[in-house]
Amino acid sequence: MENENAAVKAPLEGIEKQATEELIDKTLELYPEKARKKRAPHMSANDPGVEGCTVKSNRKTVPGVMSARGCAYAGAKGVVWGPIRDMTHISHGPVGCGYYSWGTRRNLVEGHQGVDVFSAMQFTSDFQEKDVVYGGDKKLAKICTEVRELFPLAKGISVLSECPVGLIGDDINAVAKKSSSELGVPVVPCNCEGFRGVSQSLGHHISNDSIRDYVIGTYEFKDEPTDYDIALIGDYNIGGDAWASKKILEELGLNVKAIWTGDGQIEHIAATHQVKLNLIHCYRSMNYMAKVMEERYGIPWMEFNFFGPTKIAASLRAIAARFDQKIQDNAERIIEKYTPMMQAVVDEYRPRLEGKRALLFVGGLRPRHTIGAYEDLGLEIVGTGYEFAHNDDYDRTYEEMAKGTLIFDDASEIELETWAKEYKVDLVGSGVKEKYVFQKAGIPFRQMHSWDYSGPYHGYDGFPIFARDIDMAINSPTWGLVKAPF
Amino acid sequence: MSETCAVKKVTEITPEEVARVEEWINTEEYREKNFAREAVVINPAHACQPLGAQLVAHGFEGTLPFVHGSQGCASYYRSALTRHFREPAAAVSSAMTEDGAVFGGQNNLFEGLENAYTLYKPKMMAVFTSCMPEIIGDDLTAFISNARKEGLIPEDFPVPYANTPSFNGTHINGYDAMLKSILSYLATDKKVEGKDNGKLNLIPGFDCNTGNYREYKRLCKEMGIDVTVLADVSESFDSPLDGTYRPYPGGTPLEEAADVLNAHATLSMMLHASKETIKWFKNETEAPVDVMPAPIGVANTDNFLMKLAELFGKEVPEPLKAERGRAVDAMTDAHQYLHNKKFAIWGDPDYLAGMISFLLEMGARPYHIICSRGSKKVTKYLQALLDASPYGEGCHIWMNKDLWHLRSLVMTDPVDALIGSSHGKMVARDANIPHIRHGFPVLDRVNLHRVPYIGYQGAINLLTSIANTLLEEVDRTSEDKHFEIMR
Repeated sequence: MENENAAVKAPLEGIEKQATEELIDKTLELYPEKARKKRAPHMSANDPGVEGCTVKSNRKTVPGVMSARGCAYAGAKGVVWGPIRDMTHISHGPVGCGYYSWGTRRNLVEGHQGVDVFSAMQFTSDFQEKDVVYGGDKKLAKICTEVRELFPLAKGISVLSECPVGLIGDDINAVAKKSSSELGVPVVPCNCEGFRGVSQSLGHHISNDSIRDYVIGTYEFKDEPTDYDIALIGDYNIGGDAWASKKILEELGLNVKAIWTGDGQIEHIAATHQVKLNLIHCYRSMNYMAKVMEERYGIPWMEFNFFGPTKIAASLRAIAARFDQKIQDNAERIIEKYTPMMQAVVDEYRPRLEGKRALLFVGGLRPRHTIGAYEDLGLEIVGTGYEFAHNDDYDRTYEEMAKGTLIFDDASEIELETWAKEYKVDLVGSGVKEKYVFQKAGIPFRQMHSWDYSGPYHGYDGFPIFARDIDMAINSPTWGLVKAPF
Repeated sequence: MSETCAVKKVTEITPEEVARVEEWINTEEYREKNFAREAVVINPAHACQPLGAQLVAHGFEGTLPFVHGSQGCASYYRSALTRHFREPAAAVSSAMTEDGAVFGGQNNLFEGLENAYTLYKPKMMAVFTSCMPEIIGDDLTAFISNARKEGLIPEDFPVPYANTPSFNGTHINGYDAMLKSILSYLATDKKVEGKDNGKLNLIPGFDCNTGNYREYKRLCKEMGIDVTVLADVSESFDSPLDGTYRPYPGGTPLEEAADVLNAHATLSMMLHASKETIKWFKNETEAPVDVMPAPIGVANTDNFLMKLAELFGKEVPEPLKAERGRAVDAMTDAHQYLHNKKFAIWGDPDYLAGMISFLLEMGARPYHIICSRGSKKVTKYLQALLDASPYGEGCHIWMNKDLWHLRSLVMTDPVDALIGSSHGKMVARDANIPHIRHGFPVLDRVNLHRVPYIGYQGAINLLTSIANTLLEEVDRTSEDKHFEIMR
């Protein structure tokens, strides 16, 4: 999207490019030589527009380093397919992958689990030795038949391969094709074995490809298309995010015809080729299909940001600019309506948060998209990084950060510890594996993948909750108890 | 679907259809269909081998769990343990990718061992495998020995390793494999003929309650017995918050672990989950090696203490006798709230054995017993427990069944409450009955992993949570005219 803050960010007090470069050198000294060389290009002192200050990304994780990354299966199950509420998602392979990813992403859905929605359930082929030796294709066919019978309202089945499936040479695509025609519902194979690629990211891509190959264009909406039909892409409804986003978009006068994939419905997703505009929140995980729909159906797409009032207002205006005067007037009206409410939130929390410093390390869009929300509350982001981003994510990040701040890729735990300590941060926003590391060190923390079991954080509904959560993390009286008086 | 498929119109599921299926999935007919399935497992109560292996690794001093396989596997085990304990779970992986399938995982393991050794300064790295190296047939023995020859890790640096294929058995088998590997690595050549260090080796099994580990130690102390709790995660997963992060906050001291073959006796609390480890002990030492049910409930605790007394020639001391008396007092005071109440429980075989025993002691009925993975031998063992009590009559053991089976059972043949992991909460909601969070994992309540359920004190704790949950339910659901101050 056009960068509405194209002006260079104001520098942060005490954050100098040279000092950050020295910190990077110090961090790299922790590593043996070979690993040092591998890690070095993945961290940089920010200097927007300067060629040498870019961060290398989407490379193999260094073995033996405590990476936070997941795998392709995690990207497919946890991110793209899992949230689609009205399908049964088969974790095909041994029991573990499905077990560990069961109900852990907080993709909320409308409906009754096991009746018309299935997203909080764990379907697994629970591979045993014999399945590995003789192959699991027959078992998969039987699984499809069984779930079709037991869950008659399910609108389809996704088959998410785990490592052994690809290694033993099973052909899930053939099974899916046959089962689909026999059962009369889409059975979508997704070859997302965990060993593919270097992170979750390839799982997103493979899943997008399976939507391209098996889903898009296979349904049409019942109602006649209108000029205001849009799809909300890359909102996974963590803690109700997509509902908060949808609410504003509808207030704007747009018809949200499909959500990819939070609280998602497969037939709506399949009919998305009929919309007029695709709005993308998480660019990383869904840009592939946005581009496919642009090429194949001529549907334009744009990125937007619904974190915090400043970015929401800018995004509403940018979205409205794609439509007529009526929508543009609505945008101004909405901004006017919510501004005092958001100001009240800022007035309440900002005095307690002004000048506090945070370090972010998250996934798809949040390392850049949440910056504005923190800044609305007076926080300063001294470093930000992604688990599984690509160059185009970093290109969108540099300008959001002040000069001299730290930008990094696939950080290991020991790096994060070093940086949090050096910058004396007041908050770390990252994942559950990192959470207790920092809390033990006396550093406030919020899980920024799962919203720490809170949310939504999107939209005007989300900002007051975000503000409350950041405030309680940093200002909880329990931090005053850490040092014993004796 | 091919492009020739006719494009269909989007349809919405109607409220009538939802209502019909909502009713149907609660019927006997559905139960029959559900139990007839042979291939799909839905909402299982078991995880895969490496999770158990990682738990064991965390239980040794200065030990870094090292997953040989994809990095995503390590992230999953770490998250699973972290979410349950709300504690860090430091572990690394060899980050194998597609090329590993072609060239094998040796290079990744080499690099991983060197980096992890330098960065995280462990005293030991415990290597275990996830799917990929198991399928391609990586030879860990050769790889690790090569890594030493290459000088990537010091010659004498301990790197025990275990094969823990996820497509064979469950987390409890991984626990066994890793524990055996670590002990045999550290202790095999440390056996001194005729030496008896006077200690007890205690194997708790796949136990994710840090309170239990502390309780084992306290009971042994009360008995005057010097104990080495093996794979002791009590500190690893319940460490103080004092402003300093420590990646290895506790665990069985390596020196103690190295001395296990010189112990006075070894006791495993897991009848069905420490086979390999026990076999190793029996081969390596003449000292007594015994396996018995975990001390859940009064009788199991009695047996545990009597076993300790017998092995070490001690008397059960007065304070423990008084503790027993208090447990019996609590159980008698509260018996009316549990008597003849029906419960559904699920989990690993040994955990179930303990829970069955406790419920029967209370005159309660472990009515539906779901064992996710187990043999005929386990069924027979659990059935014998039921047969020994009148309250076991009519109770059912459902072997190799999952929590979607449990749903059908509870809907067609109801119980008063569920006792088990957070994964049962959907069943409890649909059945509109209370759910007492217990076992592993608990993802939606705080601190339960700190409350022990073994020993006499554990029996009181268990009783307290069950009885009070039922009483709370009475208050929550009673009409005004029956809403009383006393219960």
